[in-house]
Amino acid sequence: MKILVCITHVPDTTSKIAFTDGDTKFDKTGVQFIIGPYDDYALARAVEIKEQSGGSITVLNVGEADTEPTIRKALAIGADDAIRVNAEPTDSLFVAKQIANVAKDGGYDMILMGRESIDFNGGMVHGMVGELLGMPAISPVMKLDIEGDTAKLAREIEGGKEYLDVKMPFVAGCQEPIAEWKIPNMRGIMSARTKPLNVVEPAGDEAGATLKQFELPQAKGSVKMIDADNVGELVSLLKNEAKVL
Amino acid sequence: MSILVFVESAEGSIKKTSIEAVAYAAAMGGDVTAIAIGNIDSSELESLGNYGAGKVLHANDERLSNGLIQPYANVIAQAMQSEGANTLILANTSLGAPVAARVSIKMDASLVSNVVELPDTSAGFSVKRSIYTGKAFAAVELTKTNKILALKKNAVEVKETGGSAAVETFAADLDDSLFQTKITSTDKATGDILLPEAELVVSGGRGLKGPEHWSIIEELAKELGAATGCSKPVSDMDWRPHHEHVGQTGVKVSPNLYIAVGISGAIQHLAGVNSSKVIVVINKDGEAPFFKAADYGIIGDAFDVVPKLTEAIRAAKS
Ligand SMILES: Cc1cc2nc3c(=O)[nH]c(=O)nc-3n(C[C@H](O)[C@H](O)[C@H](O)COP(=O)(O)OP(=O)(O)OC[C@H]3O[C@@H](n4cnc5c(N)ncnc54)[C@H](O)[C@@H]3O)c2cc1C
Ligand SMILES: Nc1ncnc2c1ncn2[C@@H]1O[C@H](COP(=O)(O)O)[C@@H](O)[C@H]1O
Repeated sequence: MKILVCITHVPDTTSKIAFTDGDTKFDKTGVQFIIGPYDDYALARAVEIKEQSGGSITVLNVGEADTEPTIRKALAIGADDAIRVNAEPTDSLFVAKQIANVAKDGGYDMILMGRESIDFNGGMVHGMVGELLGMPAISPVMKLDIEGDTAKLAREIEGGKEYLDVKMPFVAGCQEPIAEWKIPNMRGIMSARTKPLNVVEPAGDEAGATLKQFELPQAKGSVKMIDADNVGELVSLLKNEAKVL
Repeated sequence: MSILVFVESAEGSIKKTSIEAVAYAAAMGGDVTAIAIGNIDSSELESLGNYGAGKVLHANDERLSNGLIQPYANVIAQAMQSEGANTLILANTSLGAPVAARVSIKMDASLVSNVVELPDTSAGFSVKRSIYTGKAFAAVELTKTNKILALKKNAVEVKETGGSAAVETFAADLDDSLFQTKITSTDKATGDILLPEAELVVSGGRGLKGPEHWSIIEELAKELGAATGCSKPVSDMDWRPHHEHVGQTGVKVSPNLYIAVGISGAIQHLAGVNSSKVIVVINKDGEAPFFKAADYGIIGDAFDVVPKLTEAIRAAKS
């Protein structure tokens, strides 16, 4: 089984979001970057599949040089080698074209991604890559088992799940509980240092959208506290003040 | 300008999020055509005229009954071509999102998801979208001629226009190879109010101490006509199904009212609720971080406060 896992390099989920340069740049000060939590599920499932049936895992990131520690972490978790497309990921179409370009001659049986990146939350790259490569793309996938040349998947839909049979090769956007997140062990961390991390230049610069400006939401006003013995007041506030009942 | 809107249905009715998509297209101005796929009553389709659709295309090829992404994307791309539509609007749902991604490649279109407002066309064409899981917004410019917007809930106010739409059958040309992926079964809660679309949500956390105590949450939800949600540990422990889990790694809700009971308000949970209009927090610990994100708060024991609240709502109704 040859698996490509696409990972993002994103601010930790507890990060305070702030912008600089007239709200046109993300403020990285004090922010810790991690493998996208959904991408982490994709990688964990890839490692499990490799443990069961052999094969290889390549991780791919479209990003600038500062993403390399994150890529090394994926190598420490269990990927065999890595590719970094040396470009700032500005838009889903741009990223999808770069991923498709790397994957098209790679002979991968499956391309695993996260359901969405947690910075731009586009949830679109897997579908675009699927279309570019003429493969099915399924997301968000909660269960993925291989039987012969077919993958048995469970996909979350509004209020439930859908079960699918998909022929390989395919693209999947993963989410819990597809696998348990894996923590790199010492041996993994040591071996990651010498695993190949190939840097390639981007193919073209086509994009679909350009960023103009960031904006932070308005701060919430202060909370109005209501006595636990007077819940009737809450009901009347919700009715007459907030007008939501 | 001609705009195509993909409308989805559930149990025979048009989804509310799709009605919003039609209303959004109407508010953009131009000719609005809706496309519906699969089994839906034509009276439902005609009613889309009431939200601004002039015409509804109905693709009801029998192979299209169950929401397969690849054939649906083909139908929609063909409809854009035959209508000469350069803009596609749809709701960012589990079907709408993957369909949008594929159509964007077929139609060489700019695609932006999680759109929260009408576009700004004063210079170019830009939209505001939610990013960082609701913690910020970005204004982005769509640079291609063809454009696709996948809307977040409440991106526009729905206005009724009183019209009725003409329904036409749309026959798409679909190769058998598009049907290789098979949906073998679905497992769906029926009759319940779906969390992603709900206007009112009552959510419970680890503070409820066990699944056997969920009846107080369910009774409050029932009294309000609300959907039920939960925090991640609650679904991790299987107290509640995964599709009820709200937050960074779960459902992002944007109801008018979110009532959080026994949830501490971790930043990853808040990421899923920060587009709620009004937040009520009930927690026995006055220091719980959720109070900082709340509009109204009650410090108290859930097992005491929640039944009283249910009772007060019942009383206010009668
Ligand atoms: C990468 C990542 C992603 C995550 N994604 C999510 C996510 O999507 N959604 C999510 O919810 N979490 C998520 N989490 C977990 C999150 O960090 C918190 O651990 C979780 O939200 C806590 O759930 P809780 O509030 O139910 O439990 P707790 O933090 O244990 O809080 C329980 C609360 O109940 C109160 N309480 C106890 N007894 C009572 C009582 N009798 N009456 C009233 N109040 C009572 C307590 O005071 C406390 O505030 C994520 C974490 C990580 C690291
Ligand atoms: N810059 C990137 N490099 C590699 N993979 C990416 C990148 N951006 C997005 N992806 C993959 O695509 C998935 C969906 O991303 P998005 O469409 O941006 O929400 C992510 O979970 C990743 O698996």
